[in-house]
Order: sequence, then structure tokens, then C-alpha cells
Amino acid sequence: MVERRPLSNLLAHAILWFGIAIVIFPVYFTIIASTHTPQDIFNGTMGFLPGGVPSDNYVAALFAGAKQVKTTPATVMMLNSLVMALMIAVGKIAISIISAYAVVYFQFPGRMFAFWTIFVTLMLPVEVRIYPTYKVVADLGLLDSYLGLSVPLIASATATLLFRQFFMTIPDELVEASKMDGAGPMRFFWDTVLPLSRTNIAALFVILFIYGWNQYLWPLLITTDSGMDTIIVGIRRQIVTSDANTDWHIVMATAVLAMLPPVAVVVFMQRLFVKGLVETEK
Amino acid sequence: MAEVSLKQVKKSFGAAAVIHGIDLAIADGEFLVLVGPSGCGKSTLLRMVAGLEEATEGEISISGKVVTRLEPKDRDIAMVFQNYALYPHMSVYDNMAYGLRIRGLNKEEIDQRVKKAAESLQLAHLLDRKPRQLSGGQRQRVAMGRAIVRQPAVFLFDEPLSNLDAKLRVQMRIEIKRLQRSLGVTSIYVTHDQVEAMTLADRLVVMNAGKAEQIGTPMELYNHPATLFVAGFIGSPSMNFFPANAAGGTLELPGGQRWTLSRQVAAQGDVTMGIRPEHLTLAGANSPAGHAILPLYVELIEPLGAETLVHGRLEGGKAELTARVDGEAAPVKAGSTMRFAVDPRHLHLFDRTSGARLQ
Repeated sequence: MVERRPLSNLLAHAILWFGIAIVIFPVYFTIIASTHTPQDIFNGTMGFLPGGVPSDNYVAALFAGAKQVKTTPATVMMLNSLVMALMIAVGKIAISIISAYAVVYFQFPGRMFAFWTIFVTLMLPVEVRIYPTYKVVADLGLLDSYLGLSVPLIASATATLLFRQFFMTIPDELVEASKMDGAGPMRFFWDTVLPLSRTNIAALFVILFIYGWNQYLWPLLITTDSGMDTIIVGIRRQIVTSDANTDWHIVMATAVLAMLPPVAVVVFMQRLFVKGLVETEK
Repeated sequence: MAEVSLKQVKKSFGAAAVIHGIDLAIADGEFLVLVGPSGCGKSTLLRMVAGLEEATEGEISISGKVVTRLEPKDRDIAMVFQNYALYPHMSVYDNMAYGLRIRGLNKEEIDQRVKKAAESLQLAHLLDRKPRQLSGGQRQRVAMGRAIVRQPAVFLFDEPLSNLDAKLRVQMRIEIKRLQRSLGVTSIYVTHDQVEAMTLADRLVVMNAGKAEQIGTPMELYNHPATLFVAGFIGSPSMNFFPANAAGGTLELPGGQRWTLSRQVAAQGDVTMGIRPEHLTLAGANSPAGHAILPLYVELIEPLGAETLVHGRLEGGKAELTARVDGEAAPVKAGSTMRFAVDPRHLHLFDRTSGARLQ
């Protein structure tokens, strides 16, 4: 099947590299721009090579923010984003693993109804239910708070479904062996289900952390205090559309900073991830 | 130790009745095997004793205590599952110790019990391994160890050997029997393999379609099968059956051959006659008088070394027949007609319609 033909190999590689270039270029451009002085950027003398002032731009972005429009320093915004992303990721995993456990292992009236209700909410992304959700959060007095940022995004049909599918692959005999050993539902959950789900939890954590980190519309809507800005919202605030120059060097540095935590999570968690895929524990 | 008794135990799933009322008394230390084809309800019955299925009707008691509505953990039992059901994330040691920890035994006691069980099952060097690092036979032994350390009143085995290859199965079968003998624990064992059932059991329960067809020692079942089903199920290769007609003291075969029966048979009319393959011998000049002779047209032979299986048809009839003869006996050739002798004592007669044994 795999033929070795130099010409088709060359073509395949050309297409691949072209695709990579399209994806990489904006990222590369952002990194380069973040190392130039504002003058270089505005004069158009900025080339495709790194400029000379990387640390200045990053120090300014981290601790001062943009000058032209007063914005929050990136440290504060990154902390906000981190808290929100962690709360969403951990919250989603905690809630959905418990609901999946209930749906799979317990017989109770309305079990399938509960399951389908969860399933249906898959069709309702944040944007569709954003106004009613806003109203609820505002009435609860949760505007400009971490709870307001994360709680409405915590319920997750996707994660519940994923855990449900995984739980259904755990052999029934394991449940029965636990019963024989005298483990009740809680012990079975802690001693068997949770350790077996470890790799699934790791995988979901990666996905959900990035989902949380990249939230834009919801934080934009419910935070008015600039001290509560998340970094994704903050970048947008740094870009000025009228009457003033945008501090592009700061914007670019902030954008690079915003990319780092998701990259770090992926790089760090990938080891757990792959380990989980290689060691099938069942 | 413990006796187990079942009184009119019934099970139905919705409208479908799976177990139609089983009565069983298992003595202390007895090894009882439930055997039958798949879907006969043997596993369901075992799971009701285990408490994993609830009995729809009837009463189950262990050591004189009624346990019908108790949780598995309160029944003083241990179970070995077909796929072993080891906790994949726990070491061999933890797999065995888990139940004891939940019971709140102290560390030294747990350690002592696990080490002792591991020793007797040759698992001592594997205690730190995870189940996935073990072979099928080793996993099986861990599952047994998990049951042993509990020191239960009753062991329950749900087809524990069916995931092993043939050679290992024979080896583990012997180990299980030896272990059960030395521990003297009442055991109930489910299998669909009649050889396993015969070799392990003190007593056998042959089940069919949710009923206990016959309960008895392996040899009782072999020599005096109570029904056509038991006769066909116990013994390998299975018993040959043909229709015959009984009248007075004679039996008329479809080919027109008549046999005079040495014993009195009350039956009249249509019966089913059964002969085990191993009871057919090649008829020679010196066949004892009184043996019935069956001419067999040989279609196929299967040499197994020590013995040879001869498949053929009764001459003059369509009935198929299998004979099991000594591998060293006179050569048998496919395509020839051979005469086989049967000692009439080895004839089994069954009622054609009910399948019940005729004495």
C-alpha cells in the first residue's frame, strides 16, 4: 500500500508544509512583533526577524498593561483566567463524573429522563442561553466575580456523556466483585471508578482547561470591573479603534503570554495522556 | 462451616420465568456442580445464592440462616468470576486485601492471611504485580486467592476456567479440587463443560430450561440418567439414541431387528433407546452370548490414539451411531460394515414423549 514514489512524496510534503506555514505564520508574526519597539511597528520597518527589546515589552505587558488606553496588567488578567479556567475544568469534571456515575450505576425513577435532559443541553451552547443566564447571574449578584465567571459554564453534557461511555465499558463483574468485597456505592466510586478514570480525567482536563481559558463572550458580558478581566478579553480591550494608537508591542506580548498556559497544560498533561493510552487498564 | 439450602427458588425477569422452582440441600464441605447448556439458568441460580440477583420466590439459607434478602457482603460467601474481575489498578496484594480492609481487619491479620493464601497458590513472588502483568492462569489464581483470604462459609465459582486454554484448564481443575478438599469449604461451581463437572463434583445438578433435571453423584448420573436430556448431556461423545418399539420383553429396532431383553420392561410401544459409544464393542467370535449385535456401516473414523471413534449408520436404518473402541483393536475401515456387540445391561430406555427413564 505504501508506495515509495519520490514525486508524490515531494508533493505531499509540499502540501503539508504549505498548510503548516499558513497556521504558523500568524503565531510567528505575533512572537516577532512582541520583540520590536512600537516605533519599528508603526514605521513599517519591522521585518521578519526578532527585534531587540523582548524583555521590555514583556515586562510592560506583565506589570503595567497598555499605556494609550489604561488596561489591567497581564499578571492580574492571567490570574483571573487561570482561576476561571481551573474552576471550570475542575467543576465540570467533578459534576459530570458524579452525574455519569448516577446515570450508569443507579436505578432511580426518571433516570433516562435525566440522561436525555443532559443530552439535550448539548444542543444549547453558551451563546444560545446567554441572556437568560446573564439575568440569573445578575440577580444572584454574581457579576464581576469568579463564581459568576465559572459556575454557569460548569454544567457539561459532553463530559457527562464521555464518562458515561467509559463507565459502561467497566465490566459488570467488577461491580459485583466490589459488592462481594463489601464495598458500598461510595467506596466503589472512590476505590475503583475514580482510579480507573484517571486517564479520562486527564484528557478531559486538558480539553476543558483550554475551553475555559479561551472563553471570550461570557466574561466580556459579565465583567465590568477591569480588575476582573480575563486575558482573552483583555487583549481585545488593549486594541484601540479610534483616536489613539494601539500599543501593538504590548498587545503582541500579551497575546504570546495568553498562549503559554494552554500550551503548558497540553505539554505537561500529554505524558499522562499517552501513558493512559498505552496502558490499557481493563 | 456451612450447609446451603434452597427451597422452591424461582426467578423471573418480567414475565419470563427463568428458574422454575429449585430445591437443593448442599451438605457442609460438599462440592456441588451446576451444569447445563447455556441459558439453562445455572448462572442465575448461582447469582441468587450470591445475592447478585434477587430470588423472585423461595428461600435460600446458608448455615441455617435465611439470606434470601441479604446483601452479598452479609452472606459470608466469596465468588470467583469467569473473567476474574480483578481490580485492574490494584496490585495482586491489594486485590486480595481489599475485602479484608473493608471488613476492618487489622493490618497484621490481613498481611498474614494474604501471604498464606499467596503461598498456597504460588503467588508469593507476584504480589507487587498488577493484574495486566499476569498470565490467565495467574489471574485465575489471584481470583481464587481473593476468595480464600475471606475465609467464607461458601465458595461460589461462575465458570472460572472457561477463559483458559485447554491444558491450563485441566491443570487448574485439579488445583481447584485439591484446594477445596484441603479447605473443606462448601462450594457451588457452575460450568457448561460436562467433563469439568464430572471430575470436580461430589454431586451434580444437571439443569435444563430452568429446571433441575437430575441431582446425583457423577456416577449415578452416568449410569442411571433420569431423563433423555441428562443421558445426552453427560458422557462424551454423547449417548446414541434411536427409536425402538417395546412389546413384552422384546425390543424392535427400526431395521426390523428384534432383541430380547433380559430384564422386565413395563414399557409398551414407542420408546427411545440409548447406548453409550463406549459400550459398543467390536463383535468377535468370542462375544458373550446374550449380547445384542448391531451391524454398523462405517462412514468415518477418528483415531485419537488410545481410542478410536467410529461414526456410522445402523444397517437397514437411518439412525446414526458413534462407537468408541480401543485404539489397538482390529483395524476399522471407513466404507465397510462392522458388527458391534452391546451388553443389554448397558441399554437405556426412555419414554418417547416425556423423555423419562423407563426402569
